[in-house]
Amino acid sequence: MAVRLDRWRTRSEYVVVPLGALLVSALLFSLFLWALGKSPTDFFALIWRGGFGTWFSLQNALLRAAPLILTALCVALPARLGLVIIGGEGALVIGGLACAIVVLPIAGVWPGWAVMLLMALVAALAGGVWIGLIGALRAFRGVNETIAGLLMVYIAIAILNFSVEGPFRDPASQNKPSTFPLPHEAMVGPIPGLEIHWGLIVGALLCVGFYILIDHTTIGFAARVTGGNMRAAKTQGLPVGKLIVGFSMLAGAAAGLAGFFEVAAIHGRANASLAAGYGFTGILVAFLARHNPLAILPVALLFGGIAASGGLIQRRMGLPDATVLLMQGVIFVTLLASETLYGRLPFFRPADQRSTVQ
Amino acid sequence: MSQDPGVWTVLLAIFAGAIRVSTPFLFVSLGECLTEKSGRVNLGLEGTLIFGAMSAYATAYTTGSPWLGVLVAGFAGLSLGVLHGLLCNLPRINDVAVGIALMLFGTGLAFFFGKPFIQPAAPRLPGIPLGDWTGNTAIASALDINPLFFVGGALAWIMAWGFKTTRWGLIVRMVGDSAAAARAMGYSLGRVRLICTALGGFLSGIGGSFLSLSYPGSWNEGLSSGQGLIAVALVIFARWNPLRCFVAALLFGGAGALGPALQSIGVSQGYYLFNAAPYILTLLIMIVSVSPKRSLKDAPSELSITR
Repeated sequence: MAVRLDRWRTRSEYVVVPLGALLVSALLFSLFLWALGKSPTDFFALIWRGGFGTWFSLQNALLRAAPLILTALCVALPARLGLVIIGGEGALVIGGLACAIVVLPIAGVWPGWAVMLLMALVAALAGGVWIGLIGALRAFRGVNETIAGLLMVYIAIAILNFSVEGPFRDPASQNKPSTFPLPHEAMVGPIPGLEIHWGLIVGALLCVGFYILIDHTTIGFAARVTGGNMRAAKTQGLPVGKLIVGFSMLAGAAAGLAGFFEVAAIHGRANASLAAGYGFTGILVAFLARHNPLAILPVALLFGGIAASGGLIQRRMGLPDATVLLMQGVIFVTLLASETLYGRLPFFRPADQRSTVQ
Repeated sequence: MSQDPGVWTVLLAIFAGAIRVSTPFLFVSLGECLTEKSGRVNLGLEGTLIFGAMSAYATAYTTGSPWLGVLVAGFAGLSLGVLHGLLCNLPRINDVAVGIALMLFGTGLAFFFGKPFIQPAAPRLPGIPLGDWTGNTAIASALDINPLFFVGGALAWIMAWGFKTTRWGLIVRMVGDSAAAARAMGYSLGRVRLICTALGGFLSGIGGSFLSLSYPGSWNEGLSSGQGLIAVALVIFARWNPLRCFVAALLFGGAGALGPALQSIGVSQGYYLFNAAPYILTLLIMIVSVSPKRSLKDAPSELSITR
């Protein structure tokens, strides 16, 4: 009994410390708002109302949580191998663009379900190759994956702009250059009874699937060994290069699917709206979830809700639209500062070690 | 001379563009060079650059003095650098992750406070008219060079000399190359790295002020679009040598000037792809300048990103 309690106690550290970081960042942001002469209580009340409080706002939050789950997976999977790949925004953009282009010749020729399936596959493949390339550069050339991933985001956005301004532009899209709109039968509908598209379900299933892959298979074990000590994994004869490329491709496929759902369930076409920052918020979601696929689900919902309430905060409190971005920045910095606490709080130690504080 | 004026127009535009576009690259990469020499990497300089650009523009607009804006941008960058340095001095903190967080934080700060300054026009930094004697307006405008470019160039020389010959340079290099040696000599790793990161932030902030006050010379949310990040990558290419940072910045300035230069003579086909040229070039250069077999030559050995 005591042993089991101790195990819960030591494990709870990984929940309590991030929650504490969230609380501290909320306090810091409250101070900031207060210094600007805005009411922090109004602010958090509006986040509640705009993101969680009503059925309508909760659906809005879930709608935004779907791409966040998928882009967070794009950060979390490579992170388990010790890689900091934060190019999810690029994979989302490329996935969305690829599926909006591949639909052009087959729309109306193939049946709707086949069009949809092909689009999803192409988006996942495009995103997978995009991030897989970063993994391959890291594994076989030693190129820093963080910088390469961010550079590829800018390249992806340039390719998107080039495509929608030039070869794939729908001449009817005057104000916002876009690809040709998807035919009606290729659009992903809502889950019956809800206004949320299927991306949420797919994201949740992928989280469970990746959790099993990482924590309960030999491949996942090899990945975790690589993440623990890459040199040791190589010495043990683990196929480190293949693992890195494989997990990067899976990660990119998740972000590519986020692009597919943004195109096929929200926008109906590919344009600059694809680069809406889901890839960057996904980084924060993954870090807050400590790269655990199951923990990504609630964290993505939290940030989906915060994003959903952004418009309300902007209108009611007269704050700029970057308020949410700034709050995310504060949360991120506080969260990373909280990393220093692991292993230093005596409360989380087993009873017999608690007296021996370093 | 050539009969085809197009070629000369493009070459002149690339020359002028290289000098203009390279200045922010130069300041950020010199700042990152200093930080990395001390054994720490700050990937957040993109956020510092944007925050610096916004602070400079806001200051210049409200006070009417662009040079005060440059100074304020420097101190804005310095404060982000101090934050990075302090966080990374805590145990168990990963400097790469902190850099990513500060990139988002700096961008958020800049966008939050920069909203009211997108429309109004702030006074710009004056250039030094080195080409007026030619009487040719195209050449004169190409040679109208901002003093910050010369400051950056001089700084590259001073830093190269400082690393090589001064006591301070030796301390920074020792802290970056061998933590054990520095500790044995009684130097505080944390303090040296904090100072280097703070000064690196200061330089990046100044680089940002150039973006908003000289070229392109306005403030908007897409102003930097990854230039801070490219500059960080340049340091690897320049093998942690300030003089090579200067050359690399010029090279990248030229690459960045290619798109607008071609557009100025009416070649607008693939404009967006030319805009991607600096990112693609950076990636290619990173690919050829590193090797999987050995750790990088000349890299500070305490540096986390090259180990």
